[in-house]
Amino acid sequence: MKNINTDIAITYLIVSKKFTLVAVLGVLLGMSLYIFMNSMLVGFDRVSNDSIFKNSPHIRIFKDGAISQPLQQSDQIKDIIINPKIVPATNNIENPYEIIQLIKNETFVTNVSPQITTTLFYNIGLLQVTGTVTGIIPNQANEMFDIQTNVVEGQIEDLTDNVNAIAIGKGIAQNFSLGIGDNINITSSKGVNKSMKVVAIFKTNNSKLDDTKSYVNLNTAQQLLMESNTYITDINVNIKDPEIATEKGKILSNITGYQSESWLEANESLMAAFTMRRLVIKIISFILLIVAGFGIYNILNMTVSQKINDIAILKAIGFKGKDVVMIFLTQALSIGAMGIIGGIVLDIALIALLQKVYIGGDIGYFPVGFEAGKFIQGIVIGGIIIFFAGYIPAKKAANVDPISIFRK
Amino acid sequence: MNILEVQHISKYYYNPVPFQVLEDITFTVNKGQLLSLIGKSGSGKSTLLYILSTMDTDYTGKLWIDDELITGQSNDELAKLRNEKIGFVFQFHYLLQEFSCIKNVMIPALKLGKYSVEEIEYKALAKLEMLGIKDQALKPANRLSGGQQQRVAIARALINDPHIIMCDEPTGNLDTKNTALVFDIFRQLTSELGQTIITVTHDESFAKNSDRIIEVVDGQLLL
Repeated sequence: MKNINTDIAITYLIVSKKFTLVAVLGVLLGMSLYIFMNSMLVGFDRVSNDSIFKNSPHIRIFKDGAISQPLQQSDQIKDIIINPKIVPATNNIENPYEIIQLIKNETFVTNVSPQITTTLFYNIGLLQVTGTVTGIIPNQANEMFDIQTNVVEGQIEDLTDNVNAIAIGKGIAQNFSLGIGDNINITSSKGVNKSMKVVAIFKTNNSKLDDTKSYVNLNTAQQLLMESNTYITDINVNIKDPEIATEKGKILSNITGYQSESWLEANESLMAAFTMRRLVIKIISFILLIVAGFGIYNILNMTVSQKINDIAILKAIGFKGKDVVMIFLTQALSIGAMGIIGGIVLDIALIALLQKVYIGGDIGYFPVGFEAGKFIQGIVIGGIIIFFAGYIPAKKAANVDPISIFRK
Repeated sequence: MNILEVQHISKYYYNPVPFQVLEDITFTVNKGQLLSLIGKSGSGKSTLLYILSTMDTDYTGKLWIDDELITGQSNDELAKLRNEKIGFVFQFHYLLQEFSCIKNVMIPALKLGKYSVEEIEYKALAKLEMLGIKDQALKPANRLSGGQQQRVAIARALINDPHIIMCDEPTGNLDTKNTALVFDIFRQLTSELGQTIITVTHDESFAKNSDRIIEVVDGQLLL
């Protein structure tokens, strides 16, 4: 048997169709914008992180320079070094392959790759252009940074086992008018001069990188620095959850005895900007939901005022306070449910549509996806707001004193 | 047999100034009586009716309905009691305008939930037929004339077969013809169905024809 409270609530909703519709539209728009903006935020964060992770690993392990210390550490005698300096020791990691194995043994680690970064000159005639060269193990680095997706010509894998191969940025290629198979002469910071064959040209979202950066085989980098094949300056580590890179970095630092730096620390100002973006979008979307709640509150308040005679008579003929609350709460929740369902449908359409919109650059298609979590979050938060937006006027209706109405 | 008993009921209004509206009222009402409460405006007769109807709980003294002490019961208990045992007819019919006549009649019974929807519909139709407005059953309440609406309101008051029907000037808004009609219905209810009717009225001929008249003067009963 249909509940009489529900019956009355539905009749009220149908009688004031226009108001119901306006309230439903309010919830619909608020809800769909809330879910859409939050889903978009997830997409934006993903794109931003992806572009960061193309250049920096989750954690970088390296040797930090140390301030010179007295040779003898003693409590009795205080040796003082006047004008202490960073010890001019090498910045390479001792026993790198053993350390890499040590890091690989940690369960949270997904990917480890050694790397050497040094400065060099690209020579063309008398002209010298400064730049940086990164020595990598191509397949490992490709797995970590997905370098191949930025390559516009050639193959990054061609660096493997080829000490004379180099992958250069698009900017260098243009400035020197180089193509695949052409030669480029480089001079390392240690004065080693080498003629290299271009096997790949890459283009990133950062033109400064494209103008200066190049990749070579790890062994080539060691040769350029006149070092042995155990010379490694950085160990790049990727982990399962990049959000906790700082904490995991400290653990790795303790295990290896070398300094660690997470991508969060390395990109601090960028992270601050992301946090701000997140905050602004979350606040705005939340306010939109609240506004939708006000819509319901308003319309219900109006219904209560309009139907005050009905409320009085219902209370006289035996409807309890909670029955009256149910009548008006049912209206609010029905409006809310219709709005939420409509909002979700609109979102699905909007996201499906925008996913097909090409933005360009390294973003490609509009970065928004179906984020189930954000949909649920929207429904839960929206539901709570709608409940209170309905409950407050409903409670007011329940407190109507029928005598004061009848005696008017 | 007593259906309603009032003992030493007093009531004060405090706003804007303290004022005793009812002074130590005591009386009983027998089952099957048609009782008229009369008195001048402001004498307290409506206030008394709303106390008897259990909607006003702010008084001193004691009230029994059907040998059950009403005074001191919670609002929810009182709501249930009104639903079961008391029917209401007001001066301004107070139907739910958006609902059909039959739905208006059915609402208190649907609330009570003792019978199935089909049974309630059947009973509601019977009541409407008794009041001579069966043909209007499916019309929305706001399409009916004042007299017809008042008869729908009476049918609604009757649907749960209440012990007492309380009326606040049920004929105050009606012409002579409709007043006579309502009075005949009330007569029929008390004599044939044994229901008790307590009504506040200004209509002298209406009062004169009822079984018993209680006059309220300045908050006291004039017996």
